[in-house]
Amino acid sequence: MDLISILLGGCAAGMVLFIVSVGLSVTMGLMGFVNLAHGGFAMLGGYAIALAMRHWGLPFFAALALGFVAVAALSVALERLFYARLYRASELDQVLFTIGLVFVMIAAVTLTVGPETQTLVLPEWLRGQVDLGFIRYRTYSVAVIVAGTALVVALWLGFERTRYGAMIRAAVDNRRMAESLGVDVGRLFTVTFALGSGLAAVGGGLGAEILGLDPQYPLRYLAYFLIVVAVGGLGRVTGVFFAALLIGVLDFVLKIEFPKGGTMFIYALTLALLLWRPQGLFGRRGS
Amino acid sequence: MTAQRHAQPMSAGRNALGLAAATALAERHRIRWWEALPWIAGIAVFFLFPNYLAFGTQVLIMILFALSLDLVLGYAGIITLGHAAFFGAGAYTVGMLAQHWGWNEPLSGLVAAAAVAGAIGLASGYVLLRTHGLTLLMLTLCTMALLEEAANMGAAYTGGFDGMPGLNFKPLLGRYAFDLLYFRSQYLYVLAVLFGCFLVVRALVHSPFGQSLTGIRENVLRMHAVGAPVRARLVIAYAISAALAGVAGALFTQSNAYVNLSVLGLDRAAGVLIVLILGGYGRLYGAFVGAIAYMVLEHTLAKAYPTGWQLGVGLTLMAVALYAGNGILGLAAALRRRIRAGRGR
Repeated sequence: MDLISILLGGCAAGMVLFIVSVGLSVTMGLMGFVNLAHGGFAMLGGYAIALAMRHWGLPFFAALALGFVAVAALSVALERLFYARLYRASELDQVLFTIGLVFVMIAAVTLTVGPETQTLVLPEWLRGQVDLGFIRYRTYSVAVIVAGTALVVALWLGFERTRYGAMIRAAVDNRRMAESLGVDVGRLFTVTFALGSGLAAVGGGLGAEILGLDPQYPLRYLAYFLIVVAVGGLGRVTGVFFAALLIGVLDFVLKIEFPKGGTMFIYALTLALLLWRPQGLFGRRGS
Repeated sequence: MTAQRHAQPMSAGRNALGLAAATALAERHRIRWWEALPWIAGIAVFFLFPNYLAFGTQVLIMILFALSLDLVLGYAGIITLGHAAFFGAGAYTVGMLAQHWGWNEPLSGLVAAAAVAGAIGLASGYVLLRTHGLTLLMLTLCTMALLEEAANMGAAYTGGFDGMPGLNFKPLLGRYAFDLLYFRSQYLYVLAVLFGCFLVVRALVHSPFGQSLTGIRENVLRMHAVGAPVRARLVIAYAISAALAGVAGALFTQSNAYVNLSVLGLDRAAGVLIVLILGGYGRLYGAFVGAIAYMVLEHTLAKAYPTGWQLGVGLTLMAVALYAGNGILGLAAALRRRIRAGRGR
């Protein structure tokens, strides 16, 4: 494989990582809540999307929208019922609760759908290859890259240019100050949590062809989602974007060049980086 | 003003109350009669259930592993997702020494495993424990993943993905050979090592060192303010705990005569966390109760209904996190207080 196609493949994987992890970064930044179940929302969304397309014959975009709405609704229910009670609890309780939730999600999916890997039935226009002028590449990966780029622009605009985004940024940087200025951080969090989980669902669906999709998905990629968030910095949309691209491309390149020890390099790099900058590459100290 | 207040005589009631509290504090480390029960039960199992000693050995190893985690998690308040790193380090140390260098004397193997795991704990603790929260979680996870990848890659030394099956160890003390059929000698050996390690941990948590760890867990700022060397204490506790986890890993390799990548994974790290939380952390005997409860249930249910088992573990974890942060022992203590309060009325 030549360099450009490797880079494109890595970018597509990075985009999926970004779409899944961005919500995790913002919610962790807002509440300091250690949510290890975030990958579970991505998996549930992926299953909803894949199954809706196969069994109900929903068109691609309708299925994505369905996955987004369904998982966002589920996450709000969970947030109000359980998460909200643990905001003031210790990190240990949060870790335990969310690991337990991941187990329940995995078991629920295995029981209802089965343990086998799910595949997306792609619409005609996303199959095959597309001519980019300088290279022919898989249409689907190119579409994921375009979608990811559009999403990061949209999220960036939403974060930097809207009142709502300003409220989130203020709450991430200094929650107490934001609250004393009248920002309802609790409600802000519920809405952001729903949006983030919905995005994760879309990422789980879009990424089914790239990362795979089976009940073990949330545990297999848990370290990756956490690494992306930790490297990108909590509550930083652009930080998460660059971190996801970096990890995605590195992982893709290393798996081709060094099939055996590639992942080791990523872990070592993360270790070194977090020791150098505990707040992540793009995070701010003390936030 | 202060002098005046001190000069006033205390009321008799407060005095008695203070004395009772002081006695309770001073006698906290005394050995109670019921503390002999787990060991009597451990020996009784050896005679009563000779067919279950292989399983019993695994339970004892899990108790030791959970006990080592209790030291950092329950007492020092360090939340780690990567404690299996040290279990694996000990397990692989013993395995590699036996496989490649013919060092297969069990007791000195334990010492070597404790030294290697302790050294890794000291080195990683020294660099990692300056962080906290999410970053610390990530770093412990990454350290374990690094070791796992290293064990996977260095196939020439570690056997890679297949690990090292069929290891040979010399008889214990030159006399009692390990038998892989009934696990009789392994069981007693592991029980004895667990007893020794337990005494160490018990003495440690009641020592001034252990008290300062609890202080750090409860209020870091105040410990800094009174001049306690917070980070040094944490690093030392982390290293001791790592050495104990290494001993547990070494016992795993020696008693089963094999080692593979399963000793280093997230599954094992999460498993020991679940065991400790289930039993109740920060109370020494939580490791015992949790390991027995979890492993007996797993032994009977997991093979028959693997998915149902996972669902059950998940729901239990959620419930424990929401309602019973102190595990089975915490629930028992709460129940006992309730009954006492009921009697008092």
